[in-house]
Amino acid sequence: MLTAILIMALGALVLGAALGFASIKFKVEGNPLVEKIEAILPQTQCGQCGYPGCKPYAEAIADGEAEINLCPPGGMEGVRKLADLLGRDVKPLDAEEKPKQVAIIDEQTCIGCTLCIQACPVDAIVGAAKQMHTIVESLCTGCELCIKPCPVECIRMETISENIDNWKWKYPVVELKRVA
Amino acid sequence: MLQLFKFKGGVKPDPKKTPSVQMPIGIAPLPPLLIVPLHQSIGGKPNPLVEAGDRVLKGQLIGGADQWLSSAVHAPTSGTVLAVEERLAAHPSGLPTLSVVIEPDGRDAWIERTPLDYTALEPERVREILRDSGVVGLGGAVFPSHAKLAAAKSVPMDELIINGGECEPFMTCDDILMRERAEGIVLGSGIFRDLLKARRVLVGIEDNKPEAVAAMKAAVEKLGENFEVIAVPTRYPAGGAKQLIRVLTGKEVPASKRSPEMGVQCFNVATAYTAWRAIVHGEPVLSRIVTLTGNVEQPRNWEVLLGTPLKDFVALGKPKSDTDRYLMGGPMMGFELPSLEAPLVKATNCIIAGSPSLFPPPAPEMPCIRCGACADVCPHELQPFEMYWFARARNFGKTQEYNIFDCIECGCCSYVCPSHIPLVQYFRFAKSEIWSREREKNMADAAKARFELRNERDEREKAEKAERLARAAAAKAAVKKAPPESGSEALSGDTSVAVAAAAPLDADAAKKAAIAAAMERARQQRESVQPKNTEGLTVAQRKEIAEIEARRAPLQAEE
Ligand code: SF4
Ligand code: SF4
Ligand code: SF4
Ligand code: SF4
Repeated sequence: MLTAILIMALGALVLGAALGFASIKFKVEGNPLVEKIEAILPQTQCGQCGYPGCKPYAEAIADGEAEINLCPPGGMEGVRKLADLLGRDVKPLDAEEKPKQVAIIDEQTCIGCTLCIQACPVDAIVGAAKQMHTIVESLCTGCELCIKPCPVECIRMETISENIDNWKWKYPVVELKRVA
Repeated sequence: MLQLFKFKGGVKPDPKKTPSVQMPIGIAPLPPLLIVPLHQSIGGKPNPLVEAGDRVLKGQLIGGADQWLSSAVHAPTSGTVLAVEERLAAHPSGLPTLSVVIEPDGRDAWIERTPLDYTALEPERVREILRDSGVVGLGGAVFPSHAKLAAAKSVPMDELIINGGECEPFMTCDDILMRERAEGIVLGSGIFRDLLKARRVLVGIEDNKPEAVAAMKAAVEKLGENFEVIAVPTRYPAGGAKQLIRVLTGKEVPASKRSPEMGVQCFNVATAYTAWRAIVHGEPVLSRIVTLTGNVEQPRNWEVLLGTPLKDFVALGKPKSDTDRYLMGGPMMGFELPSLEAPLVKATNCIIAGSPSLFPPPAPEMPCIRCGACADVCPHELQPFEMYWFARARNFGKTQEYNIFDCIECGCCSYVCPSHIPLVQYFRFAKSEIWSREREKNMADAAKARFELRNERDEREKAEKAERLARAAAAKAAVKKAPPESGSEALSGDTSVAVAAAAPLDADAAKKAAIAAAMERARQQRESVQPKNTEGLTVAQRKEIAEIEARRAPLQAEE
């Protein structure tokens, strides 16, 4: 009887030690939930969710402080993915869904004040003081943060239209209707 | 006789090839206008090298390859460039692409052509010439050939496969090329063999083309080559690169590998022919053989200039009055052309005029009964019904688990499906969605990295500024303490002059103190903005800096 108790106690000790060791050795850096949420957010960094960037919003969601339907660039698809991940209910998006856009500077009007560079969260604008500025289209996330600061209102948003490089095959049902 | 292997699956559609091989290759007349898209191959987009108003010669480079995986385009005839603008492309999307519009002058005047002895050139140079001659896979995939012409480092190249399979129904452009221009194909294959240092060359031709097999055998014999010309059983898609490799060598190339890693490479017969023209005759790719067949009075193969508007081209075949659509490529893998305004390109191997009787409208799609017929015919041993199920539900992760990217879109599964499900269309849809998501994901990751970098930079700059201010404040406080009242007065700028006039003696001391304070401030400022790249320098570098400082010292004193 005593030996049995001793063996069980010993087993518990060894396993406990092993678990304790494992939890230190394989400790996960950062908060994995925040990272998973952030991977779903579109990284537009526009602040439309009311947080200064996608990461703070991800943290707020992980802490249960924020709703999952506040990110307009992510659209309904983003809300659905977040609901899936977190086991929450799907809610309609708290804004209008917009197609993806890019900002364009009218280079004739630009006075080179550098205000837009300071506003751009993803370093997509190049230029220098008193020089013409321009936006690198492939880097622009379409966050619209550069529009307001421009004193001469020379930045506009343009919808990225379908072209031969980003064209996608459509869902087949559409074509069947066309044939019928 | 070589032992042949079998690939799994496959179907036997009605070949319908005979009508278009009754006549020899016709030379298509010069159209009134040529529209040459700049992006005609897989890979980078060539940059336009001409502008409206320029005169060009036949064979002149009009679009230069912009990277290694890219291919040049040339003026198909001499004439005047009318515009470099977006024009409708021969693409299922019906969207435009940047094209050079040329009005031919009818003289067909060539650039200077320099024939080359490729054996005297570096292999690297030969590949460059092929790229700048616009040689791409003419089987329809238009992959730049030069990029396929390097053997893997560790694997010797055992077999070079020359693909004359041409398994698609209706299509005969490779068949007729082998019948009429076999020697050019053999010579081009020889160039490929020498570049790849391939041990054996196998020419695979479906056994429903006995004339082509005979012509190729005769050419090989005449040129004294040791190529093996092999008739392979006719079964769609035997002309698929992976299927032909499998049949001739028994090697199975998975989607994750490139075929040189398995010691084998495969080229289409027409590609070999154009490579020979490019190297030995100095002629870039300006035209190709295209089958025009289907619902037309005169089915035939034509040698056509690239950039010929399709409406001019199809007129050569005299389409019958009930023609209601045109397909580019074969009926299995091709697509319906959105408009005949688009030009003919390097990928155009076949144009089929369709009518309601030739291609009856598809029967309505019915639910999948999981009969497994599609899986039986899939040459890649996939499970189309599973992929279809998940593609339909837009569950793209699952389609990838079922290896959707191994699918070559051969259409065998759609062909046999008793429920008439357009399976391939679902797979194309799923694949392009996955690609676009991947693009978006990469862009989001890059944006996130830039955002984080920027935040870090902002923070650093803020910290540096705060430090600077703190130091300046400290210095100010120190100065204030040293020369009691007058110092602070002198520091307040303009007033110091007035003060100096009133009490010259006192002002002198104050001035000195003020200057000292200003210099101290300046020194501190200089220090705080010193770039931090002065740590860990070598002795020589430090000596150099000391010398420069010594030289600068007198100049600074002058100031
Ligand atoms: S609204 Fe969306 S994209 Fe914009 S910062 Fe918030 S999470 Fe990022
Ligand atoms: S804010 Fe407007 S004016 Fe100023 S640099 Fe940017 S684009 Fe030019
Ligand atoms: S052939 Fe058609 S019905 Fe049969 S399992 Fe495949 S998809 Fe389903
Ligand atoms: S289209 Fe794809 S899934 Fe269908 S048979 Fe061909 S390879 Fe298999």
